[in-house]
Amino acid sequence: MKFGVVMFPGSNCDHDTFHVLRDIIGRDTVFLWHKNHDLQDVDVVVLPGGFSYGDYLRSGAIARFSPLMQEVRAFAKNGGHVLGICNGFQILLELGLLPGAMLRNKNLKFLCQFVHIRIENDRTDFTRAGKKGQILKIPIAHFDGNYYAPNEVINDIRGNGQVVFRYCDADGRLTDEANVNGSMDSIAGLMSAKGNVMGLMPHPERASEALLGSEDGQIIFRSLIEAIENKGRKSRCP
Amino acid sequence: MSMINERTIKDHGLSLEEYSSIVSLIGKEPNITELAIFSVMWSEHCGYKSSRVYLKGLPAKGKYVIQGPGENAGILDIGDGLAVVFKIESHNHPSFIEPYQGAATGVGGILRDIFTMGARPIAVLDSLRFGPLEDPRNKVIMEGVVSGIAGYGNSIGIPTVGGEIAFEEGYSLNPLVNVFALGLAEKDKIFYARAEGKGNPVLYVGAKTGRDGIHGATMASAEFGRDTEHKRPNVQVGDPFKEKLLLEACLEVMSSDMIVGIQDMGAAGLTCSTTEMAARTGAGMEIDLDLVPQREEGMTPYEIMLSESQERMLICARKEKVAEVQAVFAKWDLDAVVIGQVTEGGRLKVRFKGNEVVDIPVDAVVNLCPAYRRPAREPAFLRKVSRLPEIPLPADFNEVFSKILSSPSIADKEWVFRQYDHMIQVNTVFLPGADAAVLRIKGSKKALAMTLDGNSFYAYLNPRQGARIAVAEACRNLACVGARPIGVTNCLNFGNPEKPEVMWQFKEAVGGISEACRTFEIPVTGGNVSFYNDTEGASIHPTPVLGIVGTIEDIGRAVRPGFRKTGDAIILLGENKDELGGSEYLRICFGLQKGIPPEIDLAAEKRVQEMCLEAIEKGLLSSAHDVSDGGLAVCLAECAFHSGERLGCSIDLGDRIRADALLFGESQSRIVVTTSSRRAGDVLALAQKRKVKARLIGRTGGRDIVVRVRRREIVRIPVKDAFKAWKESIPSRYKIKE
Repeated sequence: MKFGVVMFPGSNCDHDTFHVLRDIIGRDTVFLWHKNHDLQDVDVVVLPGGFSYGDYLRSGAIARFSPLMQEVRAFAKNGGHVLGICNGFQILLELGLLPGAMLRNKNLKFLCQFVHIRIENDRTDFTRAGKKGQILKIPIAHFDGNYYAPNEVINDIRGNGQVVFRYCDADGRLTDEANVNGSMDSIAGLMSAKGNVMGLMPHPERASEALLGSEDGQIIFRSLIEAIENKGRKSRCP
Repeated sequence: MSMINERTIKDHGLSLEEYSSIVSLIGKEPNITELAIFSVMWSEHCGYKSSRVYLKGLPAKGKYVIQGPGENAGILDIGDGLAVVFKIESHNHPSFIEPYQGAATGVGGILRDIFTMGARPIAVLDSLRFGPLEDPRNKVIMEGVVSGIAGYGNSIGIPTVGGEIAFEEGYSLNPLVNVFALGLAEKDKIFYARAEGKGNPVLYVGAKTGRDGIHGATMASAEFGRDTEHKRPNVQVGDPFKEKLLLEACLEVMSSDMIVGIQDMGAAGLTCSTTEMAARTGAGMEIDLDLVPQREEGMTPYEIMLSESQERMLICARKEKVAEVQAVFAKWDLDAVVIGQVTEGGRLKVRFKGNEVVDIPVDAVVNLCPAYRRPAREPAFLRKVSRLPEIPLPADFNEVFSKILSSPSIADKEWVFRQYDHMIQVNTVFLPGADAAVLRIKGSKKALAMTLDGNSFYAYLNPRQGARIAVAEACRNLACVGARPIGVTNCLNFGNPEKPEVMWQFKEAVGGISEACRTFEIPVTGGNVSFYNDTEGASIHPTPVLGIVGTIEDIGRAVRPGFRKTGDAIILLGENKDELGGSEYLRICFGLQKGIPPEIDLAAEKRVQEMCLEAIEKGLLSSAHDVSDGGLAVCLAECAFHSGERLGCSIDLGDRIRADALLFGESQSRIVVTTSSRRAGDVLALAQKRKVKARLIGRTGGRDIVVRVRRREIVRIPVKDAFKAWKESIPSRYKIKE
């Protein structure tokens, strides 16, 4: 199987994601240039972290207009797997592939630190290698990660099992303190109703090597591999 | 049509003698644009007029040196075909006038110095100095500077992995922002700032030129008054997105054989890059300013040549490769315009609207800037401040301990560094807060360690000693993580060099750095001098900041500062001495900046470091942390805070010296290490073999930090209380009231 990492001007976690997918996870990985229209037959499109187009406007607001994004939209519509990390998540929100929006962090500062997140739904193609309730240690690094959506949307995504990750403390409790950026309902990761598109603010590529403090992020990449390479072994969701 | 009169000369920061020597060097009266070119290139900032004679005394050679001082950055060979490119630079003046943009462009500027040499920047560290946070203006400056560093570094995607911050009244109107950057390059793909080959095209790449930053270099070469508002337009505005594109485009161009040389347009912009690139090879250059991409209308040649607009580079390309170079920049949506060519004869000729507006020899501009041995005199105040009054022993050591832990200079800096993306590029092995930043090198067992150190309180009381200690402490920090130092860059922040007292401080400090670097056998490959850090006539404390880079052969062996497990033996390497001068303790508890700074025996220091390194390389140690600001007590507290579960310790000291000096004195050449009980004997034996004083002072464990002096308990503080004092000090000053 093959991963494609999109390069926007201003993407800056593209090389990190590429390194982890190819050298650590060990799968074919290619860069996808934002000006092209070619998805190079990848199985998973990854929108990496960064400051696409400088993010001088709303984060991700310009990147959604990149030529390649037309293909990504179509790919997602056809059930292709799309993973948005940090800025990639923000772009997915701007694209409308995921509901809601990002506000500034509640303390109005950029936050880079390890946090804990809890797997809320393990019957997804992004978490099937983990277990519901499992706590992952994983870094965040963002200014606009304070997830917001109207209450009815929150109710919908909760009801549909679309909330994939929530910020929690080391023991898995959902507390205000653990919800460092102030996200509604402590939402850290969210998937589409069809379950093939997911965005999350934390950086799994930064938590994929023991030397760097955690390997928990690998669960997401390994889940995707499991889903695609062993199609159908575990029931898809929701 | 000469418009040059005495006033013009003075306004350009030149003396009349300097003007006469310009006239004789170029054989004519300069016009205003030519005068401006000399004024920036002969400014203190670019020309190092007052410092050059002393900087020559620094050791610059060593077995790893690929490039010493004189280029955009220093380069060291780290083996396996790789080289590190690194440098530190100040952005003090701009950061006072406009904290956010001043600091942001400080980051942008130093990063260009790194990638212009063909290296991908992989780390930024900052050394910052502010006035006390009790003054809201200082809070605003610090908040602005930190956001500026974050705003630029986070966006361009280079991790800010460490650094240091200290507070002192003298920085209230003159904060220091020193930014260090390091990049990794392939040894055979290094590029230099040179233009050669008659007819080779000169390309302008990157952002368009505007009127921002005109006279930035000259601004950094004069004192400030209170009224600096009008200087705000001198500060450049940073665009990290543009620089990210520039970085990627430059590295892509450098990956194949398309260009001869490249230089960033930093201080003095187009002036500096054209003249320096030509002067390095003895070539000349012709450029046409009408071809320079401009974002404002009606700019004069003077303004275009002096603009310090950010995110620009000058490239000397191979004649036949111009189209390829331009295609790469077009891919990254950047301008790449041929604005001139390399010539013979060593002259810079500039055309504007069909007229020749500049015709001067580049050698005179770049290489013949006068060097001064300015008068130097030991400051009279030193005699007064070196005497310490009677210091009463504290009644309650626990209280003093907490007070020192919550002093902003000592307290936890997480509030700052979590605003910086310090993990991007997935190399950061030790997060900020360790003795040194540690980055792995992908695909290798090797790692890099780096640290910035400087103690202006010692340097104020004795500049030579302060500088020696700064070098020693930086190397000690490296030794604590298991890294051997390989090279140095320095940022020398001082007052007005025209004051003999400041010149004396500078001379002494450079002498101290030189002595220490020779002892540790590490070359100084470059750096930056920032003079004129005076506001309203008062100079800052002399503040030499050392950036030292080291290598770790096996990342698996690197050691952290925190206690590892209960029952480990705590061993002190080095000696406790009866020294209080220049300590944080005296400042916090008595408001005193007095006394004689700690003594330092460089040979003994080196033995301690070598022994610590050997112990780490042999896998004997569980942790290592150096004793510095705040003394042994603060060191032990930090070991406890950095342990996973806030492990306490119990210490017994037998020294017959004042208890406050024992706990809070800042005697040098000390490291607190821990090891399993089983291996304590090996560590002590190794110390003996290496002629290092070492002794068992206690055990890890419990929930308290307990210190007994000659069996009498004088400190007992729960780790969680000490942690709270240390952790909450800085955030509490920025708390938004709800």
